[in-house]
Amino acid sequence: MDLSAINWLLLLASLMVASTPILLAALGELVVEKAGVLNLGVEGMMITGAICGFAIAVETQSPVMGFFAAALGGAVLSLIFGILTQVLLSNQVATGLALTLFGLGLSSLLGQGYIGIKPPLTAKLHIPYLSDIPYLGQILFRHDPLVYFSLILVLVVWLVLKFTRAGLVLRAVGENHDAAHALGFKVVRIRLAAIAFGGACAGLGGAYLSLIRVPQWTEGMTAGAGWIALAIVVFASWKPGRVILGAYLFGGVTVLQLNLQAAGLAIPVEYLSMSPYLITILVLVIMSADRSRAALNAPGCLGRSFHASS
Amino acid sequence: MMKPKPLLAIEDLTKAYPGVVANNRVSFEIEPGEVHALLGENGAGKSTLVKMIYGLVRPDAGRMTLKGEPFEPHEPRAARAAGVAMVFQHFSLFEALNVAENIALGMENAPPQRQLAARITEVSETYGLPLDPDRLVGDLSAGERQRVEIIRCLLQDPQLLIMDEPTSVLTPQEVEILFQTLRKLSAEGTSILYISHKLEEIRALCETATILRGGKVVATCDPRDVSARSLAEMMVGQTLMQPSRARREMGPVRLRIKDLTLAPANPFGTRLKNISLSVQAGEILGIGGVAGNGQDELLSVLSGEVHTKKGAVELNGKPIGDLGPNERRALGLLAAPEERLGHAAAPDMSLTENALLTGWVRKRLSRRGFLNWGKARAFAEEVIADFDVRTPGPANAARALSGGNLQKFVIGREILQAPDVLVVNQPTWGVDASAAAAIRQALLDLAASGAAVICISQDLDELMEISDNFAALNGGNLTPPRPAKGLSVDEIGLMMGGAHDMEAAHVEP
Amino acid sequence: MIRLEKRPSPSRFWTMLTPVLAVVLTMIAGGLMFAILGKPPVEAIRTIFWDPLFGEFAYYFAPQLLVKAGPLILIAIGLSLGFRAGIWNIGAEGQYIIGALVGGGVGLAVYPSDSPFLFPLMVIAGGLGGFAWAMIPALLRTAFRTNEILVSLLLVYVAENIMASMALGLMRNPDGAGFPGSRNFKDYPAAFNDELVTGVGMHWGVLAAFIAVIFAYILLQRHMLGFQIKLTGQSPRAAVFGGVRPARLVIFCLGISGMLAGLAGLFEVTGPSGQITTDFNQGYGFTAIIVAFLGRLHPVGILLAGLLMALTYIGGDAAQLNLGLPSSAIQAFQGMLLFFLLGVDILSNFRIRFRKREVV
Repeated sequence: MDLSAINWLLLLASLMVASTPILLAALGELVVEKAGVLNLGVEGMMITGAICGFAIAVETQSPVMGFFAAALGGAVLSLIFGILTQVLLSNQVATGLALTLFGLGLSSLLGQGYIGIKPPLTAKLHIPYLSDIPYLGQILFRHDPLVYFSLILVLVVWLVLKFTRAGLVLRAVGENHDAAHALGFKVVRIRLAAIAFGGACAGLGGAYLSLIRVPQWTEGMTAGAGWIALAIVVFASWKPGRVILGAYLFGGVTVLQLNLQAAGLAIPVEYLSMSPYLITILVLVIMSADRSRAALNAPGCLGRSFHASS
Repeated sequence: MMKPKPLLAIEDLTKAYPGVVANNRVSFEIEPGEVHALLGENGAGKSTLVKMIYGLVRPDAGRMTLKGEPFEPHEPRAARAAGVAMVFQHFSLFEALNVAENIALGMENAPPQRQLAARITEVSETYGLPLDPDRLVGDLSAGERQRVEIIRCLLQDPQLLIMDEPTSVLTPQEVEILFQTLRKLSAEGTSILYISHKLEEIRALCETATILRGGKVVATCDPRDVSARSLAEMMVGQTLMQPSRARREMGPVRLRIKDLTLAPANPFGTRLKNISLSVQAGEILGIGGVAGNGQDELLSVLSGEVHTKKGAVELNGKPIGDLGPNERRALGLLAAPEERLGHAAAPDMSLTENALLTGWVRKRLSRRGFLNWGKARAFAEEVIADFDVRTPGPANAARALSGGNLQKFVIGREILQAPDVLVVNQPTWGVDASAAAAIRQALLDLAASGAAVICISQDLDELMEISDNFAALNGGNLTPPRPAKGLSVDEIGLMMGGAHDMEAAHVEP
Repeated sequence: MIRLEKRPSPSRFWTMLTPVLAVVLTMIAGGLMFAILGKPPVEAIRTIFWDPLFGEFAYYFAPQLLVKAGPLILIAIGLSLGFRAGIWNIGAEGQYIIGALVGGGVGLAVYPSDSPFLFPLMVIAGGLGGFAWAMIPALLRTAFRTNEILVSLLLVYVAENIMASMALGLMRNPDGAGFPGSRNFKDYPAAFNDELVTGVGMHWGVLAAFIAVIFAYILLQRHMLGFQIKLTGQSPRAAVFGGVRPARLVIFCLGISGMLAGLAGLFEVTGPSGQITTDFNQGYGFTAIIVAFLGRLHPVGILLAGLLMALTYIGGDAAQLNLGLPSSAIQAFQGMLLFFLLGVDILSNFRIRFRKREVV
């Protein structure tokens, strides 16, 4: 094995790009779960966003339009889940799975004509001075705008959840929907809004894969990223700041194993490819092993259906 | 002199649900500054009525007028804006949020957290309701939680304060302090609608009482002029049979707990501390205490849902601390938890399946794991017949039964298995008076037949009525039992922890 | 104004009827989808649901019905037990792969053998392989309370990588001129899962599926364990009060479903599929989730749902052949079916009331 074959600078520079799709999807799911809803359809919404974004970007030759379309596509798909679980009171686990299965089928159907095409390029930012810092500039400050958007979004979500009344109401609905209803909050509407936000974030994350990270469309290209996003929400104990940590940790593992593959490590490629999933499982185990913490942070009504009986 | 205009006038309010008219042309008036009791049994329609006043439910017909203006709150927010506030019995606090956040959620224009915290401290001092704004509600006792609700209401300067069964979570001393707070509020001009089925409290506190039965107003009176007995008769509509106690001989010790200490299973649970007790054949041991002081935990230790050190629990001299529920059932220790739906019974399952739930060991309803449905149905039918459970048949789902009928089924299911020891938690909670009387009688009869009974309850009247010995849970500690006969309310209150850290409202002279 | 009103007891009538209603609604919505794709909707629906059974080429398609339905039913029966108890194994695809690899590996390891005990041994090994793979989420849940949904699903990706590694490495056919993939079991009689009756698609796996249906039916209707499974799903606290040990149930449900998925994988790889390749799995483990729900988690329902879902597979193939309908359309179609099913499910537990908003 020749570790010197790895360009550590490029590796670190690609870390943020590799982490962004999962960061976006996990952040959206965090808001959904804070509202007390467990949407297991992240994978389906991501891949739908990936193809919606890709198709529109190709048709309009505008990546910006592509990202808008991806957010919209993810949100629309998530509202199917929203209506089924919130209005028709279906089981959230089953409906989330259905969303993933449906999203995978729908996306490959929509993507029929887009295989092997190159999308329009998204320009990278060049921030005066910052981008020119040796090494650090290349690692941190020479990426596309979405990378920074995702980080700002984390900050915004954190601020809203912690300091605004809207955030307080959202947490209250997730904590105890009966009490929130008794105080007069519109549980179903608030949850639908959160679900749509989660869908839009997952859609953006998917489009980031197909438009920037890869960039092309292949069937099933999310390859479990949505599920890893779900795991990262647990890892982060439902705290926005720690979602960054989780997503970047996962991104780091992914980038490292890809580089090790390229460097011709003696370990077979397949075993390197499975390492991100194994590490995610390991992280989940470590987080859930701590009983008191896991129980304290999970929203009280996570995954439970709400029906106002009165 | 002309009568002053009422604060709230209710005229012919009607609300029907499928199969039941919850409120049938209900009318009454609340004067400014009045403490008005709304009295009725479980299921009489009290909850529906206050939900309509608070905007959670819309009436089918009828009118409400607040200060002479038509009052039609279509959501709680509108009711709060009009000056109506409500302290709920259940379901309105968020355990994982702190006190200030909980209070902010119930306010229309909540000030920033820091200002709010200052106001909370101010109001809590004025009314003798000490409270730390930064504590998590999940860590508070039941009494403290109620203070959160009351302060949430008071911060909005309500003109009408609705209180739904507020004393069920308080010790007698705490009740007295609450009453002082309410009297102070009333003196300041706030009207209070006080919902309860506890007659003595209403006679001590209220100036007017409206009595509901079967969704209708059956009487309006001044409770201070009427005896508790005639209030009870108006409320229930018949003369109640007093449970009869046969004289019984105490036999050998059936069940013993020795120095039991147990950490809670969930972060907001109660730690059981060094609990010891014993109960003899023929004895009923009543365990009182305010909700959330270890009742659920004690029951699960006895039922076998939570395991302990082998020797910590003994049944007929045999250590059973490490045995599961069914092994304990086989040995004669049965239990009936507080929560009927979802713990004592599975809501969506039929009564036959629910009979099977605890009955299959002692009633031999299965052979080598294969179920005998015929025998299970026969057992369910036996419970239904012997305990007068009103239901079309054993194929009905548990959740289709009323609270009282399901509770009779649950208690009957255990009693018909002829236990050596029966542990019940809140056997008559949320149950109508006639069912409650029947259940208490059944427990007395069971003890008379030689079984030992542990009755955990928050209803002190009930415990005084049926128990031989009385102990109280307070913060996970159990007081030594004392003979129930001759215990005064003050003594009981002190066993339950007295007034804890509450202090009386600072009433100006 | 539409209001939902909870029924005192679930409606038996609607419980039976909702799957049928869901299928009808899916046909309508699917027809719409096909129309958007520029395919004649009625013809497409007929090609999928009618022609494989009664059309001109039924002799070719009909046997495929059992071939496809077998693994779906076998896996779905296992999954349904866990789903009823609130134990969500959604990684059957991974257990299917590992079962096939372990069972197939036993056969390949002793090649060439003509022992009559070889195939039974491979079946046992396949079941154990799936069982062991499912034990990972089971034990992690019981020991550390780790969410079994995520772990079982993530393990699918791990299993897929192991599969690729095996097809390219350890299990590669030494006489295969360097092509990826194992020896073909069709050329290995002692290890081949042949049709039991020629021309109807019935192989050992289909038989195993039928046995599983009967076994599950008896378990759920007549046995204490089945009762405890239902009880745990409906009311976990009441179940503990009734003496259920949740950890044991997790291990039982995940173990059984893993074992059945492993068996399905073994029967498939040694029979219809014939070879361990880098992608011999066909998504049965995921489609079986739809089958389980469509069959309302009831063994007989799953039997019918498995046949119906198999029909959409072969009908989809036919539509691809005749109408050029993309294969992914069928996948979307199947997902849609699950959506409609979950949506109309509300009718069995709630009454829907239409009424005018009254004047207050």
